[in-house]
Amino acid sequence: MTSPEQFYQRDWSIHPPAYSPGYKTSVARSPSYSKISLDNSVGELTGPVFGHSDIDAGDNDLLTNFAQPGQSPIGERIILHGRVLDENARPVPNTLVEIWQANAGGRYRHKKDTYLAPIDPNFGGCGRTITDETGAFAFRTVKPGAYPWRNFVNNWRPAHIHVSVFGSGFAQRLITQCYFQGDPLIPICPIVQTIPDPDAIEQLTATLDLNATIPLDTVAYKFDIVLRGRRSTLFENRLEGN
Amino acid sequence: MPQSLHYLKETASQTAGPYVHIGLAPKAAGFDIYKRELGWDIAGPNAKGERIRIEGSVIDGMGAPIKDALLELWQANSEGNYAHPQGGDPVEEGFRGWGRVITDFTTGDWGVETVKPGTTLDSRGRPQAPHITLWLVARGINVGLNTRLYFSDEAEANAADPVLNMIEWEHRRATLIAQRSQRDGKPVYRFDIRLQGEAETVFFDI
Ligand SMILES: [Fe+3]
Repeated sequence: MTSPEQFYQRDWSIHPPAYSPGYKTSVARSPSYSKISLDNSVGELTGPVFGHSDIDAGDNDLLTNFAQPGQSPIGERIILHGRVLDENARPVPNTLVEIWQANAGGRYRHKKDTYLAPIDPNFGGCGRTITDETGAFAFRTVKPGAYPWRNFVNNWRPAHIHVSVFGSGFAQRLITQCYFQGDPLIPICPIVQTIPDPDAIEQLTATLDLNATIPLDTVAYKFDIVLRGRRSTLFENRLEGN
Repeated sequence: MPQSLHYLKETASQTAGPYVHIGLAPKAAGFDIYKRELGWDIAGPNAKGERIRIEGSVIDGMGAPIKDALLELWQANSEGNYAHPQGGDPVEEGFRGWGRVITDFTTGDWGVETVKPGTTLDSRGRPQAPHITLWLVARGINVGLNTRLYFSDEAEANAADPVLNMIEWEHRRATLIAQRSQRDGKPVYRFDIRLQGEAETVFFDI
């Protein structure tokens, strides 16, 4: 057995700092001391392996996975698709992607959400899938609505889908949010704006993908996810690994 | 301009928010959708080694428990092998070594059942004391926090552990040691994570 290669160190300039006072909840939940940097050992280089026995075929279809037979959720029908890649642009196959979101009115099916927009009886708001050998994944869902939240008195979250990805090692574990091209709430959202790098925000913005739409049925957005790359070993005259 | 390296940039992290349960633990959000929720059975029925329970809370900078956190655990089996093709020797049937748990909406406590992990080697072949890799997200946490849980009854191994020894401030090493006690004859470890303040838990950039 050869141990997997180490990951590239994280570029913290593209990630939001823990202490982001514009996002008020972060103030008391941000560590004050510096993190201690570790060489990756086997526990960081490996991570849980998921297979198709862990999930069911329809789990990635939010239009049907909670709907009554013959019914479907209210809202704009969308396909959200993309690939999970690493920083070397190599596909990350067989990795678990989980999403959750508000319904088209901006309401979450969660016992703690009290927003006045109604629960949609045909919409759960979560889905999951495993990437194929090219790193590709796809979900069907409705476009989530914007919703207000208590931070400053008049903050609204842009339409977004929460995305959780594993990768091939625990050090790649990532949770992020997918926004939608053209949403005027993106540049004024305190959570989006915790990210210091404008290019990194663009990378969180899914693009309308007319080629992937189903005419007269479902519009499509493309959202690629990039996880940390692995180092290569200098092997004779070339770099190996990954 | 010199040549471009053409690496992609990692996707930026965003907070898991208060409704993380919908995606990762929907029953806790209040509805039943999946046939199988993931991460509730870490060790499975066939794992060798000592069966243990681990409990704790996650405490913010005001000293209050965080009631909307989600933790994931990743650990070796009792012989120091991970359930991964490159994680060592094969593990017991059903041993996953991965767990997912949320803090309770009213008490803020979390708890899991597992087996105590064995010794593993670090990247330079040095033995590492038994430990569990932890990852923590919540509303207000912008990038998931990584830490490690070690065991109080492994004093000798802990004293020789290369990661614990890398922590310059010796008193901070104690923040990573789960404290063992007995309840109804079974071992229970307590592990509180403090996000901020004087007794702040050591977090790692892995
Ligand atoms: Fe949200």
